[in-house]
Amino acid sequence: MKTNNCQVAIVGGGPSGLAVASGLAEAGVDDVVVLEREADAGGIPRHCGHSPFGLREFHRVMSGPVYTRRLKRQAEDYGARVWTGATVTEIGANRKLTLSTNDGMQSLSAEKIVICTGNRETPRSARLVSGSRPLGIVTTGALQSMVYLKHRLPFKRPLIIGSELVSFSALLTCRHAGIKPVAMIDTNPRVTVWKAAVLLPRLLGTRLLLNTSLEEIRGQERVDSATIRDAAGELTSLECDGVIFSGNFVAESSLIRSSHLALDARSGGPVVDQYGRCSDRDYFACGNLLHPVDTAGWCWAEGMRTAAYVNASLGGELTQSDRMLEIESSSPSIKYFTPQRIALPETLTDRKHPGLQIRFSDNLPGRLVLRDETSDLIARSIRARPERRVLLPLPSGDRLSACKSLSLEFLPA
Amino acid sequence: MPDYPTSEPLPKTIYDVVVVGSGVVGCAMARRFALEGAKVLVLEKAVDILDGASKANSAILHTGFDAPAPGSQEHTCIVDGYNEYLEIHSRLNLPLLECGAMVLAWNEAEAGRLEQILQDAHRNGVSAARIINSRQVLAKEPQLASSVVAALEVPGEFVIDPWSAPYAYLLQALENGASLARNCELLEGSFDGSEWTLETTRGPVRSRQLINCCGLYGDLLNQKLIGVSEFEIRPRKGQFVVFDKSARNLVQSILLPVPTEVTKGIVVCPTIFGNLLVGPTAKEQQSRVDAGVDCAQLQALIERGSDILPALSQHTVTATYAGLRPATEHKDYQIKWYAEHNYCCVGGIRSTGLSSALGIAAFVYRQYTDAGNRHAPLADCDWPQVNRIADPGARDWQQPGNGGIVCHCELVTRREINQALDGPIACHSLAGLKRRTRVTMGRCQGFYCSAELSELTQGKFPQPIGIARK
Repeated sequence: MKTNNCQVAIVGGGPSGLAVASGLAEAGVDDVVVLEREADAGGIPRHCGHSPFGLREFHRVMSGPVYTRRLKRQAEDYGARVWTGATVTEIGANRKLTLSTNDGMQSLSAEKIVICTGNRETPRSARLVSGSRPLGIVTTGALQSMVYLKHRLPFKRPLIIGSELVSFSALLTCRHAGIKPVAMIDTNPRVTVWKAAVLLPRLLGTRLLLNTSLEEIRGQERVDSATIRDAAGELTSLECDGVIFSGNFVAESSLIRSSHLALDARSGGPVVDQYGRCSDRDYFACGNLLHPVDTAGWCWAEGMRTAAYVNASLGGELTQSDRMLEIESSSPSIKYFTPQRIALPETLTDRKHPGLQIRFSDNLPGRLVLRDETSDLIARSIRARPERRVLLPLPSGDRLSACKSLSLEFLPA
Repeated sequence: MPDYPTSEPLPKTIYDVVVVGSGVVGCAMARRFALEGAKVLVLEKAVDILDGASKANSAILHTGFDAPAPGSQEHTCIVDGYNEYLEIHSRLNLPLLECGAMVLAWNEAEAGRLEQILQDAHRNGVSAARIINSRQVLAKEPQLASSVVAALEVPGEFVIDPWSAPYAYLLQALENGASLARNCELLEGSFDGSEWTLETTRGPVRSRQLINCCGLYGDLLNQKLIGVSEFEIRPRKGQFVVFDKSARNLVQSILLPVPTEVTKGIVVCPTIFGNLLVGPTAKEQQSRVDAGVDCAQLQALIERGSDILPALSQHTVTATYAGLRPATEHKDYQIKWYAEHNYCCVGGIRSTGLSSALGIAAFVYRQYTDAGNRHAPLADCDWPQVNRIADPGARDWQQPGNGGIVCHCELVTRREINQALDGPIACHSLAGLKRRTRVTMGRCQGFYCSAELSELTQGKFPQPIGIARK
């Protein structure tokens, strides 16, 4: 097996991975390698042929492919190496990655490893949807890569499941390709993304059916219809030739699961501290692997911050910590939060740290509280909504150092 | 190799044997007759092989410990099929997971019935079977719910690759002189006392003997060709849930329940591809094509699986599927030669067909020769090596020049896909490509590779993954 070395290896060349690479290379770290298993770096925005991308990073509106080319060029201009067609098959415990490439198996050893493998949508099977399994059942990601990268259409009149941001992205992709969705449905009483989004399907002539669930998919070779159930329990058969399962993103954490790194059951990603360090402190993680799903811009900004942490870790400013303060939670409404632990004492202070990133599974008002064993440290009245990011700033390192335990709770109003 | 493309008419050869159906039984049958020196043609109405009952099963290689008594067709064929698989699998590069099985008793009543199952196992020649207590069970399977009372251990029950195996059987048949015609439905047939003349969707075919390996359509073909069927196919649907590879290490062996009169019950077992399988349900139905899944039943399977393995509830579902078993009103297989028609029916090969197929083929061939038919067995037959798509074994993603990985979840390379598309018995559907390579069968179910596949398969499938935009 051919062996390779570098200073920092980044697994995954999406917005967060490329940002980490840019940030490190710009800061003067030599020998930064991004490992990308696809033929091109860029991650999910690579096949989002529509706007808006790039506002936060480049202060202009771009399409996904233009944006990802720009991200990649930036990383390479700073001196990072983007190694495409390299699939990491194993994250080893000695800062060593095993790769499958067209040239055979190789290894890459690094001083620090940053895992940025992103997230993906939940497919039909994991949603346990009834019915047959014909052609024409896809996720938004599959649809978009087919339409924008390969110029192919899997169907002409699909049904869209979901009303997250990506569901509307699916709608725009359909419009771009001349595909006419028969309807867009969601089990929730309101759209998951912001309220005004209801205008988009109306504008594009697609029915938006809320309080509606998918009951069954029918068809032998290809999809020929789908049965939906409304709030009153009434069943309707919709003629369609495909189904798009959009959203319900999950962390792409298969490499983590088979590694020595601790996994956070709630988020599905690795357990990290406030610097994005995994349970083995030479390994970092950032991007949607930690918090499915956020925008490319958010992931990019997090990548830039993580680059600074990795750099500090290389330079010895971010040292091994004396103790880890784990954040517990017993609230069923909290779907996940990241980071799950705080490294103390805080050897590196980042004033721009966004704090805890939290997602909820319910739609209800209440109070979000971070408390230690004696008192509430931070509390905030919020409206929890599924798939919406809520941030809670972290108390100062000094304050946290006085805590024996931490818990994050949501108290419904 | 005579895998007649769908566009060409079939040659005017007179075959010794026409095998109707290319499920696992048809594939094994073609192999046996070809190796014995007969001139064989396999007819398949679908665009790909293994498109009926054989496309979905639990992939267990059974010892026959719980089969009907010795002397039954099922027992004979399972034992012979099991032994022949063990004999030939490495020569064909087919995998074998030697995991063993345990029949788990969850209460005293079930534990009491283990003794009878043990006696049946010994009667059936499975002498290694033995009863172990709960402490011994939990030592072997520490993730099991601790309420397990006892188990019958059957070390010889193994897991295999349910698609590569029949593919290899047929490939070996073809490499040794057999022919295959897919997309070729048998419409009519007449027997003149020495020869069959068959009308197919691809023209006439002539043959001395005919073997019905039609699985779910066995009774219908009997009625069409010989006017009578001694059984009726009662399709029995079995649904399965495939758990993520992260769940694989929760078990070491195949976990079987104590069976009831009606069903063998829900099994938890590793797959050769590194997943964990829970299923099947068992429900009789009229339809011979409806292999749909049902949300409530899938949820019940997940619950049952989590009762057996509490940690399973922490793992995600990768895939769900259903298979149709060609059960009949009879308990045993329905294999019968109709000498007056030069016709053999291989019917009612229900859930054990994957284990018994090689044995069924040998059984049918013995009867064929008993009736006075003779061929000169091939002195030096070819042993094709099929691609290894399951661990353990050297995989293509570990080899240079593989063209890169296309399906990231199952580590399927571009070279493997191209071989399945252009190689022997080339696949003509996405389902066929999945069975040959495992593309899109992993946790993302095509999120990452569908687009690439739509391009790689362009022009190759009658039902394309995606059509080019104008």
